[in-house]
Amino acid sequence: MITLQPLRWGKPYESMEIKDIVHFDTGEPIAKFGSVGGGIVGRDMKQAHKAREALLKYSPAELIEMSKKAADLFENAELPVGDTTQSVDEFVHQQSASTGLPEHMCRSNLKKNSFVLSHMDEILNCLTRGLDLNILSKGYGEEGRGVIVSYQAQTPILGAILPNNSPGVHTLWLPAIPLQIGLALKPGSQEPWTPYRMVSAFIQAGVPAEAFGLYPGGHDAGGAIMTKTPRSMIFGSAQTVAQHAGNPKVQAHGPGWSKILIGDDIVDDWELYLDMMVESVLSNSGRSCINCSGIWASRHTREIAQAIAQRIGPVDVLPPTDESAQLAAFTVPAMATGTHAMVQQDLAEQGVTDMTAEYGDKLIEREHCAYLRPMVVHADSPERGVAMKEYMFPFVSVVECPQAEMLRRIGPTLVGTVLTRDPALIAAAGASVDIDRVNIGPIATNRLNWLQPHEGNIIDFLYRSRAYQTADMPVAAGA
Amino acid sequence: MSAVENSISDDVAKSASDARDRLNEHTLKIVHWHFSEETGSPFWLEKKAELGFDPLKDVKSFDDLKKFPNFEDEWLRGGPVDRWVPKGHAGKPVYVFETGGTTGIPKSRMVIEDHWKDYELFSDTLPDKYFPRGANWLMLGPSGPRRLRLAVEHLAQYRGGICFCIDLDPRWVVKLIKKGWMEHLEEYKKHCIDQAVTVLTAGHSIECMFATPKLLESLGEALEERGTSLKEVGIKGIFSGGTEFTPQWTRFAVEEMLGGPVEEGGVYMTPTYGNTLMGLACSKPISAADGYKISYYAPQPRAVTEVVSFDDYNQVVGIGETGRVKLYTLTDEFFVPGFMERDEGEREAPFDLYPWDGVSGVRPFHELASATTVGVY
Repeated sequence: MITLQPLRWGKPYESMEIKDIVHFDTGEPIAKFGSVGGGIVGRDMKQAHKAREALLKYSPAELIEMSKKAADLFENAELPVGDTTQSVDEFVHQQSASTGLPEHMCRSNLKKNSFVLSHMDEILNCLTRGLDLNILSKGYGEEGRGVIVSYQAQTPILGAILPNNSPGVHTLWLPAIPLQIGLALKPGSQEPWTPYRMVSAFIQAGVPAEAFGLYPGGHDAGGAIMTKTPRSMIFGSAQTVAQHAGNPKVQAHGPGWSKILIGDDIVDDWELYLDMMVESVLSNSGRSCINCSGIWASRHTREIAQAIAQRIGPVDVLPPTDESAQLAAFTVPAMATGTHAMVQQDLAEQGVTDMTAEYGDKLIEREHCAYLRPMVVHADSPERGVAMKEYMFPFVSVVECPQAEMLRRIGPTLVGTVLTRDPALIAAAGASVDIDRVNIGPIATNRLNWLQPHEGNIIDFLYRSRAYQTADMPVAAGA
Repeated sequence: MSAVENSISDDVAKSASDARDRLNEHTLKIVHWHFSEETGSPFWLEKKAELGFDPLKDVKSFDDLKKFPNFEDEWLRGGPVDRWVPKGHAGKPVYVFETGGTTGIPKSRMVIEDHWKDYELFSDTLPDKYFPRGANWLMLGPSGPRRLRLAVEHLAQYRGGICFCIDLDPRWVVKLIKKGWMEHLEEYKKHCIDQAVTVLTAGHSIECMFATPKLLESLGEALEERGTSLKEVGIKGIFSGGTEFTPQWTRFAVEEMLGGPVEEGGVYMTPTYGNTLMGLACSKPISAADGYKISYYAPQPRAVTEVVSFDDYNQVVGIGETGRVKLYTLTDEFFVPGFMERDEGEREAPFDLYPWDGVSGVRPFHELASATTVGVY
């Protein structure tokens, strides 16, 4: 059985606190996972500058080349992971077994992470708007306009408190390495696989091991990363996001409440967009912040909800190895039962209709896990509580709302796909500060263009643009 | 654990048998004290009627305490606290110490001198080399309604020293965590640690200290940030406890915070386990060779710990086996005939220093763990 141990700036640490990672369905141990406490993390964070120093020995161009090699290794190679080696198939089996995600979704997330890493040069070029990366490395430089530009790194390392069950989010911390910023990662207790494999791929590709810290552990390990790292990201609930709101040291990622808004000009042709809507709701088992949780239109909302329900309502639980499996398990059954209870409350409100009621029981309970089958609900007004809900399974509310009111009522929306040709609506959507990523036209909410920033530009998070003036020193008399 | 490891020498077996005899004798004495009309407390005298047996006649040994129902800590919530004061101690000055209390009515226990006696007994276990007689002390932990401050202060005085005290209110810490006010939490912790650093660097000849593991960690870190260390400011011996204490943390403390093992010049540290009900259990000396294993031994016969089956709280598990920790308090001030702690662990064999059962690997009881906030300060 594979054992994963903490990594302290490239050096494995033999933890005495070993826990089992168990199979979501059988409860059988599939791996052992050592952890550390906040004290160890706190001590290591004092040496964080060494991680950056190790990376600064290589140019950004060299690190980008290493990242591309790492992408290939991550996606295709047998890599040293923990106390053994790990093939791609083993990675997929292990990740599926601990997270409850179907294997084909694990493979898809693997490819997504690899894709981002292999296109790092293009991504950084876009995120920096073509800035010579050596300017970031040196801290200042000249772009050809006769003015010095300066970007000061705000931290030697990026800390990240990674989620338990969303292997797709790892793309967000990958740019740190080519930007010569070290990584202190707290892997999720059920999804250590991606960070461990990715760090191994980086090291095998030539990135100095001293640049990486992997600190599995409890809240105090995560807390130590957050408090002792000048820049960190965390993935959690709406409460987690609220807790860190306004803190420039923390980039908090939580629920997305991503939505599709249908303009009055095209809503009569809604059927043209059905595939796109279904994909937005159902992909990755509805687990991502970029999954669509609300579809808003002024009319035809019942027909739209009915049509989506016909497509996703029958989706049922299949073995994780089945290529057509669409549902991920809740590895903590209480999360499924709790979510189910919250949905029942939503449905109790006047004006809310379960459009998937005819497709059988939604809560499927097993001995060690549970599933929630897809749900589509219709809300006759944005006043209904369900209009603002997002759950960790394929769940969407189709909300009837006049176009004129939509943008002022949608609330926070990570991805907003706006289906319209109406220039006024396009302009208003572009101006809405509630929408983070705006898609104009039929782009599924889950289809991200990685060349564009996601929930803030990581360059702005890690670097600060500032003034840097120079003048020649006078020659001393008699020199 | 193998049978060989479990085996104990004849000498230890003899000592264990003698200790058991003393425990049986002590049990009889304590039960008679608490259930005699002249000396017992109103609580136990009233409870006697519900028991279905006569403790004065039917308790003939420690094992007979299993005839009592488990002590319910809910009995300790609310007043009047006087009902716990044995008539035999009427008129003496009484302290009240509390546990919990973040929400609702806290559990309270009356004490007259038990906290002094417990810490005097504990004092006998401390090596003078690392806890020099006459040295001054620092108590870094909760005071307020808890007994810790007064107990540690008495320990210092008993050993001829003076105790400097820095307070941390764990109830406020729990509230900060529940509210998600992590910035306030950090500032509060810093506020406490800053005071400790000030005291330690103010020329008071402090050589010994108590701190909870988390505060000790923070103090070590704060001193390091100021270019010094616990050792450099003069600390020779530390006893720590109050929250969960793991081998991993002990290893971290020894290897990375206290300057290495004590044999190599590092600061001496000993874990303790206890609470307001029981008193203070000492640890078997810890070492790297033993995997930093922490085994606690209660101050028998005043207190006893058992490791009992999860299915039958009257059934002690085998040596090395896992079970829930059960406490007994048998003093003339307070009588607890079997209280189920919120902890589990492995039963440890008697050894020469403590020839009675111990418990190792103490951690939150798995059935309650998710609902418990541990190690907050």
